[in-house]
Amino acid sequence: MAPTLRFVLCGSVDDGKSTLIGRILYDCRQVSADQMQRVEEDSRRYGTQGGAPDLALLMDGLQDERRQGITIDVAYRGFRTPRRCFIVADAPGHEQYTRNMATGASTADAAVVMVDARKGILPQTTRHTRIVAMFGVRHIVLAVNKMDLVAWDRGTFETIDAAYRTVAEEMGLAQVASFPVSALSGDNVTRRCAHTPWYGGPRLLEHLEALETEPPAARQPFRMPVQYVNRPNPDFRGYCGRIVAGDVSPGDRVRVSPAGTAAEVESIVVWQGTRDSATRDDSVTLTLKPDVAVSRGDVIVAAHDPLEAADQYRARLLWMGDQPMTVGRPYRLKLHTHEVGATVTRIRHRVDVDDGSELAAAQLELNDLGVVNLATNRPIPFAPFDESRELGGFILIDRATNATVGAGTITYSLMRAANVKWQDFDITGEVRADLKRQRARCLWLTGLSASGKSTVANLLERHLVNEGRHTYLLDGDNVRHGLNRDLGFTEADRVENIRRVAEVARLMVDAGLIVIVSFISPFQSERDFARSLFDKDEFMEIFVDASVETCARRDPKGLYAKAKRGEIRNFTGVDSPYERPERPDLRLDTEKLSPEACVELVIERLA
Amino acid sequence: MLHSIGKDSAVLLHLARKAFWPGPPPMPLLHVDTTWKFRDMIAFRDRMAAEAEIRLIVHTNREGVDAGITPFTHGSDHYTQVMKTVALRQALDAGRYDMILVGARRDEEKSRAKERIFSLRNARHQWDPKAQRPELWHLYNTRLQEGESLRISPLSNWSEADVWYYIAAEGIPIVPLYRAAERPVVERDGQLIMVDDDRMPLAPGEVPTRRRVRFRTLGCYPLTAAVESNADTLDAIIAETLAADHSEREGRLIDHDTEASMERKKREGYF
Repeated sequence: MAPTLRFVLCGSVDDGKSTLIGRILYDCRQVSADQMQRVEEDSRRYGTQGGAPDLALLMDGLQDERRQGITIDVAYRGFRTPRRCFIVADAPGHEQYTRNMATGASTADAAVVMVDARKGILPQTTRHTRIVAMFGVRHIVLAVNKMDLVAWDRGTFETIDAAYRTVAEEMGLAQVASFPVSALSGDNVTRRCAHTPWYGGPRLLEHLEALETEPPAARQPFRMPVQYVNRPNPDFRGYCGRIVAGDVSPGDRVRVSPAGTAAEVESIVVWQGTRDSATRDDSVTLTLKPDVAVSRGDVIVAAHDPLEAADQYRARLLWMGDQPMTVGRPYRLKLHTHEVGATVTRIRHRVDVDDGSELAAAQLELNDLGVVNLATNRPIPFAPFDESRELGGFILIDRATNATVGAGTITYSLMRAANVKWQDFDITGEVRADLKRQRARCLWLTGLSASGKSTVANLLERHLVNEGRHTYLLDGDNVRHGLNRDLGFTEADRVENIRRVAEVARLMVDAGLIVIVSFISPFQSERDFARSLFDKDEFMEIFVDASVETCARRDPKGLYAKAKRGEIRNFTGVDSPYERPERPDLRLDTEKLSPEACVELVIERLA
Repeated sequence: MLHSIGKDSAVLLHLARKAFWPGPPPMPLLHVDTTWKFRDMIAFRDRMAAEAEIRLIVHTNREGVDAGITPFTHGSDHYTQVMKTVALRQALDAGRYDMILVGARRDEEKSRAKERIFSLRNARHQWDPKAQRPELWHLYNTRLQEGESLRISPLSNWSEADVWYYIAAEGIPIVPLYRAAERPVVERDGQLIMVDDDRMPLAPGEVPTRRRVRFRTLGCYPLTAAVESNADTLDAIIAETLAADHSEREGRLIDHDTEASMERKKREGYF
């Protein structure tokens, strides 16, 4: 039997995707009597077929969907014919659910694209085809549906077929097979159609049964991302993972990427024994000799064909977050088993999903597709997505909400990592701080304008200097006169503002200083980014807390008044949000505490 | 790892043992015991936990027991709510688990078809079908806020037949109740219910008869219907499963209580 075929169904809403699957399930006797009885009951309540069994209801699982008659999330369903097993992802047709569509496409071998014969190619058809192409699906099955409603007209079918092939070719999709069908009746899906003497090809299901997913792969070099380091007892240390390419045998020379350490495979450990070899898709535990350092996220690779590591990439990115993607904002990036901090450093262009044209863009909105430059905090091993889905596909995670906000594919590395090496010098930050008889720190004061940050910062620095400490104060307003003179107050500029200040603070802490940063820094993700630059005990997030009403009343610079009159825009607390720190290291309530009392609290914490 | 003692749980436990070999699985096994499971199930559970060298945690909703909640005196809906849903929440809250492995499959029931492999639950264990994280390739986002948890279903894409084939291929031990044997049953509302112990109240004149039956799914014995069968080998069970005209949850009485009952139960924190 051919290997299980995973396919994704796409197309516009109402094109009949759920009906197609319902029909296949029904005709392949994959519907049990009790499920059919349930569908008949549901059909009387929600059905669109005038009380006759609505086969689409077999797929549409959630209550809301049955009421609205649409598919709002991706549903997976397995079924089998005598010739093959299938897993189908039924993807939503509505634009706002494009991200679910991408989810279905990412693990699919093939895509069945549904088009309504009366409507032809719609923007959703093109959009979904583009996502399918981006996520690595190479086989397209075009189902021109509802042919019964155009009297099985050959011209209609051939026009749509030709138009679609033009679209697909432009996206690099060469393998398209087209079918004139009625999902409702099953004509040319599961049964021969009496109305299409002009069509001589196979039925759609026959085609899926015979589809060859992977061309016989050329011998690929061994790659296994490490998921887990297994140390059940002091005598055993093994590296667990699933092989994503190539074969491995004991005695093979390997390297651990990105460090490049060389070793030899000692054994391939599996349940209650060992094996002589393992290949792609096997989940195994490897032991190495010598026992070099390996962590989760490393990739064990063939020594003769090591994997590239980089920290700057060109990538395609589908944005799935409700908040737009902002250049410079720190996100978490997950690629195979590796998780690392990352930022988009530049949007090269946005791709018009309808015609493929390249558009200038300052940010990516929900469902936008773009080509971007991406930077990670440290080099990670990867392969271009075209070579390997497993080593070239990544997701981006929002640092504040933990939502999965982006899905991307690496096109190539920008090779900066290879050229700019981090220089190691003899004198470290610790040596510099010791010389000053202090521990270097970054004290990050965040809070609304007029919450008391500058007052506390000023008093705190005076106190520290009186004690003989070496300090520096980075103040939001002052830095904007120099280093950040080129930045405005849009969200993107505010993100970059904080990034620069955090990097400067890091240099100063490395110089051995106690750095006080007094910045509104309204976004949790930027504050988290700043924290990520420092060692655990070096950074202290201090929330200078006063309500926006109190701050507006204080208003020493008259800024709140101006903002309320609309004379300044994007003013934090008025028309721009302030995200309160969720877990600050210290909270100073300046409505209740005097500046002196606040400073005392900070000093206590430093001791 | 949540453990129901059924065939899916057996497969999940087996996979974990394979993954962490040569060590034992590092996570504990949690069983929510309603006190109405088949006796064979409890004996099997204890034997398998010992063999796997895995820590077994058993939780029962004591307040429910003290209040005299039983599947006979209360409707299956109320009984399930107290002895399963509430009990599960109690056990999860007590353990403060953030990752909970379960043996759920997408083909069991329609609302499960939409659930992610890593399914996010809020602090009250509720599932919001509209706020699911996209799952791309094999990349799972495991980041959590305080109080949130993940229900992880590694068997999501398996079918019932897959489970049986795998049990046969790997020689995984299963509870004997899955195999046909003569057992004492009574017929109620067209369903065959096994009389597993003397707590089962019999109607006047109702006499258990011995019939050759097996179970496609295992739960609380008063709520789990048997099917007449001669399948007492794995091959016979597989043949019967593939030919079956009724889906396996047919034998579970709780699903029929209300429309979309499983989706509702899941929003409330049941699996």
